[in-house]
Parts: sequence; structure tokens; C-alpha cells
Amino acid sequence: MSSPAYHAPETIEQAVALLAGDAGARPLAGGTDLIVQMRSGRNAPSAIVDLKRIAGLSGIRALPGGGFAIGAATPCTALKDDAALAAAWPGVVEAANLIGSVQVRNRATMAGNLCNASPAADSVPALVAAGATCLVAGPNGQREVPVEAIPAGPGKTSLAPGEVLVEIRLPAQLGADAYLRSIPRSEMDIAVVGAGVSLVLGAGGVCTAARVAIGAVAPTVVLVEAAGAALIGGKLDDAALEAAADAVRAACRPIDDKRGTAEYRTAMAGVLVKRTAKIALERAHKNQGRSQA
Amino acid sequence: MSKLLVSTTVNGDPQQFLCDPDTSLLDALREEMDLTGSKEGCGSGDCGACTVVLDGKMVCSCLVLAPEAEGRQVSTIEGVAEGNQLHPIQRQFLEHGALQCGFCTPGFIVASKALLDHNPDPSETEVRYWLAGNLCRCTGYDKIVRAVMDAAAELRQDRRTAA
Repeated sequence: MSSPAYHAPETIEQAVALLAGDAGARPLAGGTDLIVQMRSGRNAPSAIVDLKRIAGLSGIRALPGGGFAIGAATPCTALKDDAALAAAWPGVVEAANLIGSVQVRNRATMAGNLCNASPAADSVPALVAAGATCLVAGPNGQREVPVEAIPAGPGKTSLAPGEVLVEIRLPAQLGADAYLRSIPRSEMDIAVVGAGVSLVLGAGGVCTAARVAIGAVAPTVVLVEAAGAALIGGKLDDAALEAAADAVRAACRPIDDKRGTAEYRTAMAGVLVKRTAKIALERAHKNQGRSQA
Repeated sequence: MSKLLVSTTVNGDPQQFLCDPDTSLLDALREEMDLTGSKEGCGSGDCGACTVVLDGKMVCSCLVLAPEAEGRQVSTIEGVAEGNQLHPIQRQFLEHGALQCGFCTPGFIVASKALLDHNPDPSETEVRYWLAGNLCRCTGYDKIVRAVMDAAAELRQDRRTAA
């Protein structure tokens, strides 16, 4: 097998030109998936386009209106180091910092986690629940798409040839979020089930908006709109949580594998969504208390 | 495919080497620079035996392409001791018998130093989570954790004495 070419462009335009000019070229962010796949022979790119030398692709920017733009080459540990981001979106930041080890998280990026398109990617359900979007650059310019539009199946994305994800955008936090995953170990494992929940509370603590996303239970991460709808209009009492869990179980299309049976995954998805929603609720109450204080 | 010329800094020394674009930083350290302290255990980022510090962050050098090190600062196990003077973490590993075969030890020491460099007083839980990406099949980890805790205490004492 011949060695691929290595490019370290300094602008997004150069990166797009390199990717568009060579169908076998692959973008490199943290490399914690791509390099493993190159070593195992699962992926044999003809060229590697390293995104880390592009100005603006590493780091977090506050957006006007309270949101955040996270460059595609920003490692997961940098998210934790950004106090404003970690306070606003703890579920997203915690999800990204469940991936692998510290060594891995010092390299791995959420953009890479998303574009690797594993159904079990930890950061993706949290991003989908948060209503995050992606800025995608390509030969025809840039477009902004919801995070859930990127994965198309295990290892497959909806990105067109020559396109590269350059930024993940989180909206302003109006409530709170949380992410939990189920694994048999305490660290260094891949989700058997993952659940992200994002909530907004209105007057009297009534839930006015909710998004629920689940991972590792279908070919892609799934936004379960019916589960979000079940939480809206009340105060997340037991009946509402059970209705959300029902909607989640109905949305599961899991496989049996060494990590868990389809039946176990489906049952756990319901359990996990209830636990995650309770954490998000507690955080939302705290945030509401703080903003009224 | 032609070889790439990479200029980088390893343990404070400028280094230049030629490599194929998909050579790992680990292989470049071992084969081109004769720095064989960093080990390849799994080659997939699971075991941490190849841990080095790249621009201040610990990473698995098996999952870094050597050309990515262009212009960067790399610190390896070879840079931990000062001449013949072992680092307190290294000495505590010896005193606690925190190694048997020793294959994982360079990775554990580089990772432990990365922890103590930014958190001088970690809890045992913090040490265990920090080292979750380093596998040891001999010791059962307990002696490693005790060595790191004692090294942290010793380094805090040294700092107080120096202050």
C-alpha cells in the first residue's frame, strides 16, 4: 500500500480545493478515528488534508446573541477549558469528554466524532438535543445544516464530494441540557446507549421546549421528536417522563452485538432518557433560579 | 511517494527527519530519532504506552502523523529525568514497585507528569480517571496510583521548600 500525500492547508478554500480535486482525500482533525482506520486498512485515503493549520478552525468563539461557534479542529478537552461554554452547554461538553481517554480527547474533535458517523458517537446525541448546526464548506460555497442531517448511516455522511465540516454552532442556552451514556465499564468504552436531552422552562417551571436524541440504538443518532413533545407543557412528572421513554423505545432500531442485545438497548434507552431528562430539569431549575435572582 | 522533511523540537532539542506522510510520530521518534522509550502497545489509542506531550497536551503518539509535528514541541519519557537525576515520579515508581515488565511505564510516567504539572494535588479518583487511557497488565494499578499520589505530595513539599 502506498503512502498517502499529506497536506496542511492554511485556508478553508485551500482545504476544499484539495478535497474537491481528489476523491480519495480525507480531512484530518484529531485523527483518533481516521488514523486507526488507516492502520487497520479500513480506510486508505490517497491524501490527508490536515485541518489544524487553518486559522480559526481551532478554538471557540462566542456568537452575538449568546451562542458558540466551535472550530472543526477544536479538541474535546478545549471545550471543558472554556468556562462560558461549559456553563451554558454542560451536556454537550460532558458528552465530548466521555470519548476515549485524556490522550484521545486532547486530539479528538466533535466535528470528527460527527463525521466518523458512528451510531454510538457520544457527542452527537448531545449536539442534536442542543439544536446545534454545522457550517459546511464546499466547492459551491458554505451552507449551514442541522447536526442530525450529517450522519447518513454507519460510517456514512451526507457531505458531498469536496465538502468539509468547518464549524459546529450552538445556539444561546435558554434552559439546560444533559447527556448520559450506558457502558459496562467506567471509562474507555463505547456507548451501548446514549441519550441527550435539552429543555427550556417557562413561567412556573413549565417545560416550553424539549429535544431528545438517542445514540447507539439505530444506524444513526435519532432525534425523537415525540419524546420532546411528551415533555412539553408540563413539569416533567413521572407520567410525562414515561411517555417520553415510550416514544424513545418506539424509535429504537438497534442491533445485537457484543456490547448489548437489541432488547437490552431498547429497554436501557427508556431508562437513560428519564435519568438524563431529570438532570437537565435540575440544571434548568438552577439556571432559572439564577436568572431570577 | 516522496519523503517529507519534518522539523520539530523534541525535549527541547531541534530535530529534523525524513518520513513517509503516514508515518506515526511514535515510529519517527523510535526509528528516526532513536528515542525508543515510548512504546507501541496497541497502535490504536487504547493503551497509552506511546504517550508523549505535544504542545503541552498529552497524546498517543501512535495516533499522530509525524508530519503533524512540524514546528511543534514534543516531550517524551527521555526528557523526564534531568541527566542522572530521576524525576520524583520515576523515583516513586521504583520505590513502590509500580512496575513489573515495565512496558507501560514510560506512558504512565509521561501521563502522570502531565497530570501533576497542571494539578499538583489530585485526588485518588482524579488520578485513576486521568490514567484510564494507560493500560498495565502486571501491577493491578494500585501501586501506580500510590506512586503518583506520593510523587504529588513530594513535589508539593519541594515547591513549599523552594518558596
